[in-house]
Amino acid sequence: MNGEPLIRWDWLVAHLGPIADRVGQHIYLAGIAVGIGFVISFALAAISIRRRKLYPFVIVLATGAYTIPSFALFVALVAITGPSVISAEIPLVLYTFILFVPNIVAGFDAVPLDVLDAADGMGYTRGQRLWRVELPLAVPLVVASLRLASVSTIGLVTVTAILGDSLGGLGYYILDGYHRHFTTEILIGGLLSIGLAVIADLGFVLLQRLLTPWAARRAIGVRNNEVARWT
Amino acid sequence: MSSLGPAAGETGAASRTSRAASLEFRGVTKRYGHGEQAHGAVNDLSFEVPAGAICVLVGPSGCGKTTSLKMVNRLIEPTAGEILLDGVSILTGDVTELRRRIGYVIQQVGLFPHLTVGRNVAVVPALVGWSKERQRVRADELLSLVGLDPTSYRDRYPYQLSGGERQRVGVARALAADPPLMLMDEPFAAVDPIVRERLQDEFLRLQKDLAKTILFVTHDIDEAIKMGDLIAVMEEGGRLAQFGQPDEILAHPASDFVARFVGADRGLKRLSLVTIADLKLEPVAASARGLPEFGPSTKLRDALSVLLAADSRGGVALDGEGRPRGFVTVDAIASALSEDGHGITAEGQTSAAEGDAKVTAEGGDS
Repeated sequence: MNGEPLIRWDWLVAHLGPIADRVGQHIYLAGIAVGIGFVISFALAAISIRRRKLYPFVIVLATGAYTIPSFALFVALVAITGPSVISAEIPLVLYTFILFVPNIVAGFDAVPLDVLDAADGMGYTRGQRLWRVELPLAVPLVVASLRLASVSTIGLVTVTAILGDSLGGLGYYILDGYHRHFTTEILIGGLLSIGLAVIADLGFVLLQRLLTPWAARRAIGVRNNEVARWT
Repeated sequence: MSSLGPAAGETGAASRTSRAASLEFRGVTKRYGHGEQAHGAVNDLSFEVPAGAICVLVGPSGCGKTTSLKMVNRLIEPTAGEILLDGVSILTGDVTELRRRIGYVIQQVGLFPHLTVGRNVAVVPALVGWSKERQRVRADELLSLVGLDPTSYRDRYPYQLSGGERQRVGVARALAADPPLMLMDEPFAAVDPIVRERLQDEFLRLQKDLAKTILFVTHDIDEAIKMGDLIAVMEEGGRLAQFGQPDEILAHPASDFVARFVGADRGLKRLSLVTIADLKLEPVAASARGLPEFGPSTKLRDALSVLLAADSRGGVALDGEGRPRGFVTVDAIASALSEDGHGITAEGQTSAAEGDAKVTAEGGDS
């Protein structure tokens, strides 16, 4: 390694095609996980809102899933579902629950009571109230949870590289670079993964601004670490 | 005057009165809990509000006034008794349809933060399926009615409004589908006293044309006296302590509770119900120059205050053109308290039926 530059640009230029493929795979793996995780979490949140007594159990399950070490879970799943996309997606989806569910529930809880009272009093049906009032007003926290989950999942996708060369997205280069003591690969894999996370985060911020022109600036500037407090 | 109903072709007093409904509470009771732990929020409440009248429910907090109001649009269901709208029980029809026929204004306004002012106002028209164009025209019309310029307000969001502006939008929204009944729960309580007084005055001016039946909740007896054609004083346990016209309640509190609630200054409060124009006047003396002068709309309470402050036994009442009309004395003001029909004797108490006569309505009987 002595005398070797931190990044060998000639290697990078020679591998632009495969790198682009890995970026695509990374987005694909993260996108599926966030998408499926969001749909299941939304259902879990909806159940939790309707039946408050179930909410603690949902949280316990979501937290429980999150405590399983990702490395162990990926390895265990290979024994069952093989080195497949399914083995990669199951843990990724499970890990999104704890990021989505509490924030989606908080989003609906944050809808002001006087607004709900007015909606009921003016003759919204239950369904109309949900779709035309509660859902739009829950958007800031729902989008905040999408930011959290997408950033977290994009990072975690790299770990799926241990399932085999056909998976891992940019994680393939991190693992391959590690085995070959090749810094360029490790850095390319890591930096591009970070770049994807940042782009996804900014994309959701933009989405939120487009969806909530009605929110005062204060509400738009919600940071992830303020999510729980913002009601 | 802008036409107000969805039936825009009709104009005049006839269509206006047809847009108001009478309201009757008949033995209405609401209890929470069961058996030993049951407690009454509202207890055997009965009264009638003729079409076009403002009835104020007033009382200390926890007296069940908001609960009573919310039973009218069935946000709360009564345990016993009946509420009749134009003689028909509110329980007979569809609850959503009922609510869309009743205007609803609440203290925190409850504007939808994600909708523009224009779309907030047009919420009920949108729910009942008016065309977009008709919604827009109606929203603009109502914004003008409540004193907000549609061109500068219709596309704003609620967070860009002051408290007073929000309340105006709240009133406009409640009027949107031209409801025959309006429920107003402390609608002006969240704004500062100056704005509140202006909103009250403007609302009373609006109501002269709208002639809606209004059930109005407040904890403020002064607001009740100012806004109410009829006042229902409620006490803890959700019981009706007294029902009648403001002057009657001030002149003859039915119990110690009512007397305490309306306050030791109830005599002065009665004077705020009467203006100089209603007073019998003495001829103006030649020596009246330099004395305080009062316009015809001056309230007797204010006139008395001016006379006492100026240490003057009398002042000059002016007519609408500013010409002297007569001589006002402290004694004449004091005698107004006994002269206007409710004065001294116990038999002088007006009945609720006489109270109804004031608002000349036909829908009151059912």
